[in-house]
Amino acid sequence: MTEILFVLAASVVFGIGVWGLLIAEHLLRKLLALNVMSSSVFIIMLVVAGGGPDGPDPVAQALILTGIVIAVAATAFALALMVSIYRKTGRASITEKGDDDR
Amino acid sequence: MIAELLAGLVFIPLGATLLVLLLPRQARGYLCFTAVLALPLCLMPLTQAVWADGEITLALAEFTPPLGIVWRLDGLALIMLWLTAIVAVPVSLHALTSFPPGEQTGRGFWPLWLMLLAGINALFLSADLFNLYVTLEMITLAGVAMLGIGGNALALKAAMRYLLLGLLASLLYLLAVGLIYGQTGALDIYLVGERLETDRLAATALVLMITGLLVKSAIFPMHVWLPAAHGNAPGPVSAILSGLVVKVSLYMLIRIWFWMAGDWELPAAATALGLLGAGAILYGSLAALIQPRLKMVIAYSTVAQLGYVMLLFPLASINAFHAASYQLLAHGLAKAAMFLAAANILWSIGTDRLHALTDLNRKLPVDLFALALAAVSIMGLPPSGGFLAKWLLLEAAWQQGAWGWLILISIGSLLSAAYLFRVIALTCFHPERRHVPTRWQSPPSSASIAALVLALLAIAAGFTSAPILGLIDDSLPPGGIWP
Amino acid sequence: MTTEWLPLAMVLVSLIAGVIIFLLGEQRQLARTLLNLGAALVKLALVAFLSMLVVTDRAPEFRLALLPGLDLVLRADALSLLFTTLSAVLWLITTVYAIAYLERSENRARFFGFFSICVASTMGIAMAGNLFTFFIFYELLTLATWPLVAHSGSRAAILGARTYLRYTLGGSAVFLVGLIWLYGLAGSRDFIAGGQLDEIGIAQHLDLQIIFVMLVIGMGVKAALVPLHSWLPKAMVAPAPVSALLHAVAVVKAGAFGLVRLVEDVYGPELVAELGMNHLLAVAAAVTIIYGSVMALRQTDIKRRLAFSTVSQVSYIALGIAVGGVMATTGGMVHLVHQGLMKITLFFCAGIFATVLGVKCIDQLDGLGRRMPWTTLSFTIAGLGMIGLPPMAGFVSKYYLGAGAIAVGAWWVIPVLIASTLLNAAYFLPLIKRMWMHPEPGEWPHPVNLSRMETGGLVIPTVMTAIISVLTGLFAAHPLSPLSWVMGIVTEYFP
Repeated sequence: MTEILFVLAASVVFGIGVWGLLIAEHLLRKLLALNVMSSSVFIIMLVVAGGGPDGPDPVAQALILTGIVIAVAATAFALALMVSIYRKTGRASITEKGDDDR
Repeated sequence: MIAELLAGLVFIPLGATLLVLLLPRQARGYLCFTAVLALPLCLMPLTQAVWADGEITLALAEFTPPLGIVWRLDGLALIMLWLTAIVAVPVSLHALTSFPPGEQTGRGFWPLWLMLLAGINALFLSADLFNLYVTLEMITLAGVAMLGIGGNALALKAAMRYLLLGLLASLLYLLAVGLIYGQTGALDIYLVGERLETDRLAATALVLMITGLLVKSAIFPMHVWLPAAHGNAPGPVSAILSGLVVKVSLYMLIRIWFWMAGDWELPAAATALGLLGAGAILYGSLAALIQPRLKMVIAYSTVAQLGYVMLLFPLASINAFHAASYQLLAHGLAKAAMFLAAANILWSIGTDRLHALTDLNRKLPVDLFALALAAVSIMGLPPSGGFLAKWLLLEAAWQQGAWGWLILISIGSLLSAAYLFRVIALTCFHPERRHVPTRWQSPPSSASIAALVLALLAIAAGFTSAPILGLIDDSLPPGGIWP
Repeated sequence: MTTEWLPLAMVLVSLIAGVIIFLLGEQRQLARTLLNLGAALVKLALVAFLSMLVVTDRAPEFRLALLPGLDLVLRADALSLLFTTLSAVLWLITTVYAIAYLERSENRARFFGFFSICVASTMGIAMAGNLFTFFIFYELLTLATWPLVAHSGSRAAILGARTYLRYTLGGSAVFLVGLIWLYGLAGSRDFIAGGQLDEIGIAQHLDLQIIFVMLVIGMGVKAALVPLHSWLPKAMVAPAPVSALLHAVAVVKAGAFGLVRLVEDVYGPELVAELGMNHLLAVAAAVTIIYGSVMALRQTDIKRRLAFSTVSQVSYIALGIAVGGVMATTGGMVHLVHQGLMKITLFFCAGIFATVLGVKCIDQLDGLGRRMPWTTLSFTIAGLGMIGLPPMAGFVSKYYLGAGAIAVGAWWVIPVLIASTLLNAAYFLPLIKRMWMHPEPGEWPHPVNLSRMETGGLVIPTVMTAIISVLTGLFAAHPLSPLSWVMGIVTEYFP
């Protein structure tokens, strides 16, 4: 029963993340939305990890930990990229017409 | 010995990444180039071993699946590793002058490039779903970072778009990995293939995985990030991204579809993937036809050319398998050559707007020659690797009476001829626009030679099919392929 | 000594010469000229040596597997030698002419480089041992001739080149699909005199018919069969040596030669007749002959008139093989050589008129006979040959075509031949009359003073091709004449 609750919660969180990623204009918001999405993925993986009769599955937990580390690194990198975009263009946004042309 | 060589493919570039910034400036170039040259040297004995004994497997730290991680080197992986090594050497030669290792831009480029190489090699060796995720993430991050080296605002924005979509795709993939692990308790592709039940959960996981990989491979209509990224990337970075990086996720898609889900009957899904390929071919070619800039033409051409690989899914025969692998190989070589040539043109004239490029045959004969030779392969005109790929694909379509795909392939190659001949005609024959450009400098000869070597290799691939197809025949997927 | 490399060497000589010419660059004129002539002479020597081998039944063959079960085959047989000899001789002559012709123009390295590659692909087409190899060189020829057509870089040249590409690439896409289909049905087979598709069952005959049409479309584009001919007049913007080579040897002939191979060595005349495809080809050829002549009559530009004349004349070849029988096939195939010699002479003359005096239109031709007697004489000889005046080469072709058609009962061919001859006369005789009979005008459109070297380089090749064309007609009965050669080949098809 708790599993279904977890999955439902994760789905809602995932939806919020997708919504934010698509709608938000500011890059920081987009990045936060992505992080929200990754949390939902980790929740679902936790459900998977918790299942077995012999207690939680250590491999799945290791996967989640690795996933979190990668998410942190990617976010840090994305923030740095955002800052340099801000310095170049004066805006922290990528929604603009005419990007294809120099 | 084999284990050390396999490890060398990953750890030589990775080690060089760490070392490069510690060394004095003068020594950096040697270190970087040696690390790249070591890759084909490692591959040669490995090729012999695969040739003699078939697939090589290596259980890392001697743990076996499901708990341990296994590296597998079969014919397909070997070919992709060779593509990486063969593209890497000329690209590095180019980068020695376009991103001198001793200078500021080189300090950005070389560690990332070496890390990218380590990631790509590790990915081709991996047969573990989670390992694939980690390496793919490494490749994406390194690729995005390389895009931003020049500090050009357009490239930075393209990098950000690429990163956001890439991370989204990774999340979808990771979610699928979690679901699959929950059902099978395994991550090794072969083991998962045996254990996976064809239920709704597994189907959801497969859809998530494929969607994520389609985004990463920029398959129509998920290609939106690619043209701006590849078209604005600095110098050899475009060549790396278009020649190697997009191939990586496509390779994963093929592995997962045929190895992990090989015994599933999914004709409708396969047709859908083929239709995406058709969309890519038509849309990419038509878009390439109207681009005002050389690098954008080449970038859209990548969108189109990747579409041919997607036809593997509906055709799914040995011939189609040959064709798709050959297409990956030939396109990688030719596209890298084109982007290097375009980088030289851009560098020496200061713009790659087609209407500003005139008289290239006299100013930059070598680069233009490289561009034209690579174009021959991309168009699929004989004799070239691209021609063999097209021939095999047409043959595969004919064998199954798939006239629709057959006509599509023909139209696609005509369209590619249209956009590439347009480029060459505009850049060579235009007396009315013979104005002297504002800036002009001759590119370093090693940079031009790098482009030419790759283009010649793309042509030479038209004569070397026997060993390559032999390797593929030894590594056909376990099920789900028609004779 | 192993001789299997000889066919490959035939192709590589020109290919390597072409690449070296690119590398030499624009300024090294002497080296380029020597290389051009040297390669052409080497090629002639190779052809002579190969002929000797073929006559003594030691024909070499070069084979390289491009894909499993799919070989690149280059070999010498009697038919391929006919075409290689023609190309090698005309290449040498055209090279001399082109060196003089382009003395003052730009981008000569590019021109001669692609010129050589063009000849290399023609050699490949001639020596191809199967349809797949033929296709490869056929495509290479398209690639090599495109920059030649666009050479001048003028708007018209670029548009002409674009039209050329659209037709040829479109045609080759159809060709490729037909080829895949044929290989799927029958596998990869080498050319065999009399055909190779005997064991394919009746059930597949519809397939074979469709494939035949597709392959004819692929080759018909280059052979300028109506309605696939419109690129040819537009490609006339190319420099005169290119037009000469394009019309006489390379592109148009490659298409016609391909039709010969397709009918005689892939399907075989019997199967073609069984499938009813000979009628289709014959009708297409007849329509092209008449249409081309009528259109030629309506042109006022000399080169365009010659271009439509080519459209018409090349279809004699298709007509001959479509009618079938020893005589008609001989008449068609020997026209491969005869038309080449006569048409290259005509284009050389047109090129001289245009560069030396700026004469491009028919009404500017008045009185040329007095100003340029040698060139005008060559033009006259070639023109009369085209009309088919005995004992010129053109007469020999037409005689065999006509007699062969009667022999197999294809009476309808005779009116076509008569009509075409009358039309030929109608579009050549007024030109010849103007040149000899009309008075010289007060001044020429664009007179240019040429050095003796340049004049010699232009006129001598022209006179030479004219003389050869006369000799092939006069001595048609000689055992070494093209006619006897073709007879030898054709008797193999109809045992």
